[in-house]
Amino acid sequence: MLRSSQPLTGPNRKRCREDEVLLGTVLDEGERGFIIDTRSAQAAKQARMTGGGTEPKSSYPHWRRLHRPLERGRPLQESFIKLVEACNDPSLNMDRWLSRLESCRWLSHVKAALSTACLAAQCMDREEASVLVHGAEGTDTTLLVTALAQVILDPSCRTLVGFQGLLEREWIEAGHPFHLRCARSAYSHARLKQEAPLFLLFLDCVWQLSRQFPFSLEFGECLLLTLFDNAYASDYGTFLCNNEKERRVGCLCKVKESTHSLWACLNQPGEKKKYLNPLYSHNALVIWPSVEPQSIQLWQGLFFRWIRSSQHLDEAWAEIQRLVDDN
Amino acid sequence: VENVRLLDRLSSRKAALGTLYLTATHVIFVENVSETRKETWVLHSQISSIEKQATTATGCPLLIRCKNFQVIQLVIPQERDCHDVYISLIRLARPVKYEELYCFSFNPKLDKEEREKGWKLVDLNEEYNRMGIPNNYWQISDVNRDYGVCDSYPTELYVPKSATAHIIVGSSKFRSRRRFPALSYYCKDNNASICRSSQPLSGFSARCLEDEQMLQAIRKANPGSDFIYVVDTRPKLNAMANRAAGKGYENEDNYSNIKFQFIGIENIHVMRNSLQKMLEVCELKSPSMSDFLWGLENSGWLKHIKAIMDAGIFIAKAVAEEGVSVLVHCSDGWDRTAQVCSVASLLLDPYYRTMKGFMVLIEKDWVSFGHKFNHRYGNLDGDPKEISPVIDQFIECVWQLMEQFPCAFEFNERFLIHIQHHIYSCQFGNFLCNSQKERRELKIQERTYSLWAHLWKNRADYLNPLYRSDRGQTQGTLRPQMAPCNFLYKFWSGMYNRFEKGLHPRQSVTDYLMAVKEETQQLEEELELLGERLANLQKSQLNDNKVKSKQQDRSKQLGLSTSNNSLANTPQEYSNDLKSFPSRSPSQGDEEDSALILTQDNLKSSDPDLSANSDQESGVEDLSCRSPSGGGCLPSEDSGKDSDEAVFLAV
Repeated sequence: MLRSSQPLTGPNRKRCREDEVLLGTVLDEGERGFIIDTRSAQAAKQARMTGGGTEPKSSYPHWRRLHRPLERGRPLQESFIKLVEACNDPSLNMDRWLSRLESCRWLSHVKAALSTACLAAQCMDREEASVLVHGAEGTDTTLLVTALAQVILDPSCRTLVGFQGLLEREWIEAGHPFHLRCARSAYSHARLKQEAPLFLLFLDCVWQLSRQFPFSLEFGECLLLTLFDNAYASDYGTFLCNNEKERRVGCLCKVKESTHSLWACLNQPGEKKKYLNPLYSHNALVIWPSVEPQSIQLWQGLFFRWIRSSQHLDEAWAEIQRLVDDN
Repeated sequence: VENVRLLDRLSSRKAALGTLYLTATHVIFVENVSETRKETWVLHSQISSIEKQATTATGCPLLIRCKNFQVIQLVIPQERDCHDVYISLIRLARPVKYEELYCFSFNPKLDKEEREKGWKLVDLNEEYNRMGIPNNYWQISDVNRDYGVCDSYPTELYVPKSATAHIIVGSSKFRSRRRFPALSYYCKDNNASICRSSQPLSGFSARCLEDEQMLQAIRKANPGSDFIYVVDTRPKLNAMANRAAGKGYENEDNYSNIKFQFIGIENIHVMRNSLQKMLEVCELKSPSMSDFLWGLENSGWLKHIKAIMDAGIFIAKAVAEEGVSVLVHCSDGWDRTAQVCSVASLLLDPYYRTMKGFMVLIEKDWVSFGHKFNHRYGNLDGDPKEISPVIDQFIECVWQLMEQFPCAFEFNERFLIHIQHHIYSCQFGNFLCNSQKERRELKIQERTYSLWAHLWKNRADYLNPLYRSDRGQTQGTLRPQMAPCNFLYKFWSGMYNRFEKGLHPRQSVTDYLMAVKEETQQLEEELELLGERLANLQKSQLNDNKVKSKQQDRSKQLGLSTSNNSLANTPQEYSNDLKSFPSRSPSQGDEEDSALILTQDNLKSSDPDLSANSDQESGVEDLSCRSPSGGGCLPSEDSGKDSDEAVFLAV
């Protein structure tokens, strides 16, 4: 699986020999690959007007392009804000709760993200084909897809350590602009242009996987909530800045030398237990989630975190831990 | 009929070829594949509707919808055969005599004593004793011993000490169907009680001294409070409309010291339609998130569930927190009243959250108090307008509570699903007829078997591993969060998409934890044993005996396959959300489907809107969509095979 940003085809259908050779070397003799473009065909075509575009079939003959539009940017942030508003609205009665939930579209985004990641995984696992994923910039929906696909495909990404590695690779080092994207969250009136909850969407999708495969992830909801918190505001430097360059050179202080790593904290023996899933049992297989609407639920642990007590559920988890420990 | 194809509802590519058999009690499909010869059994009683669809090149499609929400699609090659099957099933799924039902031929190979014992498992007298009755305030009354006062009530009822036979009889004449106020639940901690009845025949201005005295008697039976609540579970408009028909509700002016309260729960027709709409959403092929959420809201189903729950919460609060007795009624006092009283009892008393207690609760508030099982769930062919998912809603309320309080119930989701299944299956005699009187006339206990005994025997399958009777959560009153908590109500895919295995988590957390628990227990016992052996050894050190200490093979974890090593799941068709072909995971094929039954009701008739005015509990215009006839799904077929939603992880 590869990822990139959009090719700069432009309105004059420019070609780039090196790019074509690069993609050519990925495929073996007679093999074909899939390009998953996270923009709609329309949007991708329009991108040509501003210098971007898609890979033309003639120049990349062994690659088949699939469009799977995923929401990003302002609309995604709006979706998030609307959902949080709906959750906090005390006047909302049961009559209109579901339509209000629907109008936020958040769950539709979760469904779309999971479906696309599954598609990528399916291309690799079932079709045994290579996959290139890109959107426009390659820093948002692209990473969402590649990271999720790996959780689906690769059991090592489902371990606590493996998942941290995945985050480092596919989000942090890959250059997801955390500083811009995770700025004010859902309550702010500022409505910053660059803000968008892609990372939260990713965490939500991972939570859906943990619900559907309760034994297959080594970590639990607590980790996901901690990651959500730390992406926005943290005692640690892990999610600072927008990319590796900024972390090393751009910041006034050099991140690696002046801050502590979140991973170091999480992996401490005393802390670690909190984040582990007591039901975990190594599952060497690919986990294929159901993306039917019934199978996708609202992540209550996050969205109702401060609204309703989780006491009874915490007790249930404590009991599960106890049963497993006793054994 | 040979060469019939059974289509997989989710994946049109997977069709099994086999032979279709029709017996007196079941429809059976046997696959041709010689190694497995997989059988799909459908009890006629479970059939809700049969739809013959347009003949295509491949054959004649027949769609069978069941009351346990299974949907089966058959394709029969010859149109003539298809028609024959259709006509036969119509007749078979609409029994006219009780004797046609499966429970009269079902033979679990128990002797007469065991059958009797099974029926005695749940004893209501014992239950009232457990509550602390009879006592200074409440007594048992045999005024209805020959069903002379009310034929839908049981022979034994509990009434306030100060309610004489004269008062009871007088009150019964002033109540719809003669269902006078009687005790449902008594709280010995504070003497508050929950009583139930039907609506008074008050019209606009009628009064009845004895009925007023009856309510006073209820109030006096609770010295801790100087008033009682009277809760009418109907929407105010409906109750008012009933006054025009000479019925209605209690006037606070006429009844001393009552506080009257409406808690609007819609009537059986609205509920029937609501379920219908929700099932239509479930049948959508590859719905979008929008389609699903809109459809679900449009059905109103969760709104109704919440209404029932809210009513139960109100009553539980009145009893537990205010120490005030409550009289509950609807129109006839056998639908919404039953729902609300049993939800309230469940919240109040942890006993009803045990397996045995739950069986007792259903026997008490549903079976003994004359809930019309036959009419509501269509044991026999009857008026479609009487059909309504009343007990299904109650069962769902219990499930919703289980999701909110994962440690509070001794039983698990599977228990609920199997009970629902058997209410429609008529494999056991518990839920036949409309009243205790009818059941005794038919000698049900001598001719059929009790479901409770069957479930009790298999109780290991129904336990909740997280239940501990000494926990805070399990003791005392459950206090669900009330408003605003719309989001706590979830769609119960374990029930309404029960047979679509691809939708559910493939790994059952419940089963795993039960196995872990069992294993721990076994190991502890072993440890004890070894400890004793060691002690003995030490005592007899002079002997040269070699004591064999068994080393158990611990590596095999009781056959738990939490890692999916042998059960790789298959991907859905993720290719396109908008495509027309089904996008659900194909059935994994390792779990048997329970027996299905088809009934011949026409699902598609449209109901006029009945919610507006008169609240007639029985027999109004719209055609029902489901006539539950008993289906012979032997629970052992799907116990342990249903995908269990990871109940406690979901929220």
